[in-house]
Amino acid sequence: MEYLSIVFQEVYKILFLLVPVLVSVAMIVWLDRRVWAFVQKRQGPNVVGPFGLLQSLADALKYIFKEIIIPSSSNKIIFILAPIVTMTLALIAWAVIPFSATQVLADINVGILYLFAVSSLGVYGIIMGGWASNSKYPFLGAIRSAAQMVSYEVSIGVIIINVLLCVGSLNLNDIVIAQQNMWFVIPLFPMFVIFFISALAETNRPPFDLPEAEAELVAGYQTEYSGMMYAMFWLGEYANILLMCAMGTILFLGGWMSPIDVYPFTLVPGAIWLILKILFLFILFALVKAIVPRYRYDQLMRLGWKVFLPLSLIWVVLTASYLFYFNLLPVN
Amino acid sequence: MIAHAIFFYTFSIIAVVSAIMVTASKNTVHSVFFLILDFISISCLFIMIGAEFLGMIMLIVYVGAVAVLFLFVVMMLNVAQQKNQWFAGQQSSRHIPVGLIISTLIFFEIIIVIGGWKYKPEIFDINNSISQTSISNTHSLGQILYTDYIHVFQISGMVLLVAMVGAIVLTFRQRSGVKRQSYIKQISRERAEGVEVLEVQSNKGVKIDD
Repeated sequence: MEYLSIVFQEVYKILFLLVPVLVSVAMIVWLDRRVWAFVQKRQGPNVVGPFGLLQSLADALKYIFKEIIIPSSSNKIIFILAPIVTMTLALIAWAVIPFSATQVLADINVGILYLFAVSSLGVYGIIMGGWASNSKYPFLGAIRSAAQMVSYEVSIGVIIINVLLCVGSLNLNDIVIAQQNMWFVIPLFPMFVIFFISALAETNRPPFDLPEAEAELVAGYQTEYSGMMYAMFWLGEYANILLMCAMGTILFLGGWMSPIDVYPFTLVPGAIWLILKILFLFILFALVKAIVPRYRYDQLMRLGWKVFLPLSLIWVVLTASYLFYFNLLPVN
Repeated sequence: MIAHAIFFYTFSIIAVVSAIMVTASKNTVHSVFFLILDFISISCLFIMIGAEFLGMIMLIVYVGAVAVLFLFVVMMLNVAQQKNQWFAGQQSSRHIPVGLIISTLIFFEIIIVIGGWKYKPEIFDINNSISQTSISNTHSLGQILYTDYIHVFQISGMVLLVAMVGAIVLTFRQRSGVKRQSYIKQISRERAEGVEVLEVQSNKGVKIDD
């Protein structure tokens, strides 16, 4: 009986985390479209609800009532599994995100590795979807995205090493607390820029949305999907974008910490600061989508392997030597 | 304790079954997916015994990178077609002796390992004492790896580097007549060298690109 109550408590906590995440994913889609429209001097979705806030709900309703078509020559099990994998992986990563010093679902020792692992698993949803569709455009999109995500993961990993050198712990709360005096965005600013661009590539956002380049590949790996399965891909993608923003916030922008450590600001709960910072990063994401044209595929690969990887590796050596020379290496 | 046992048996059964399915399934892409499932359940087992760093690295390196490349190659090769040719021809029988030798070697290695394996009933207490110390798994790994075994660690890194360089050298070939994009050249182009104003005479035209 006692055991069951623990299980129920955990389920309650998980729901308390997941429902806001899902709602905010819906809101973030609306925000993305509004920012995009704002840059192009359009109105964007503004009809459904106040300021068009309920647009995503209307879209979701539409998707639910549409027919799910499974191509007859597709590999049915993997075809159905692919959106589920994308969605699940995008959601399970939120378990380790700290909303304040105590508000975290799973305060594990290797939190940042868990985040990194889950974000690198995200490629499977896309590969499975592309391969199982048994059609040329989805397959090309899947192959492209596999190569792209593997390439940019490498530089994200090296950037994480940079931050970890300054922290001395893999725990996400420790990473946040280590930024008490100075956010890592100031000493590691070049790494923040590279992280931001790599996050764009990792989540297949423009200007790196080659896997779904509509001019060449129709809709890439999503071409054969319809109805709720398409919506799940879509939700998973935006949940992943939010996750990358959260990761950037925790690594560089001080996580749940208030920007100024004085009285009225410290009263605001950490979760609000975290959400505000995530929103700031997301608006940057949306602006990039509106401003920058799409990359060519070889340019994308060149940027990942020949520019970002050497740069971040050199920065690891610099950070390590600086910390070692001035005896600043964290010891515990 | 019961929950621990339930999770252990779930993950180990998934690991064993998916390992069998890797070799048993007819579709090569399916076997790679089973391999991935196997990796994931094994990393869950690692996490359960307290080796959280190893479990996560397993996920990142094997599932996140190696298996993706596996999948990549298997999907590109169109193995289903090749397999039919393979079994139809006489080629398969030639390779049976080599396969037999390798599999017997592996079999004897497994026997040697299992023969020297002793079951220690007190192992669980040791595990508990490790997880109760304040030093985390990652810290203790680093303290051993970068002090006692630093040379072995560096040598293994060098071996990997040599393998990488070798792979690049083997596949790299310089072809002539390929136009490459030079970013520095493009960016440093001035108006003076890019644009030329010519006096065009009527009925004669201008010759460009000679």
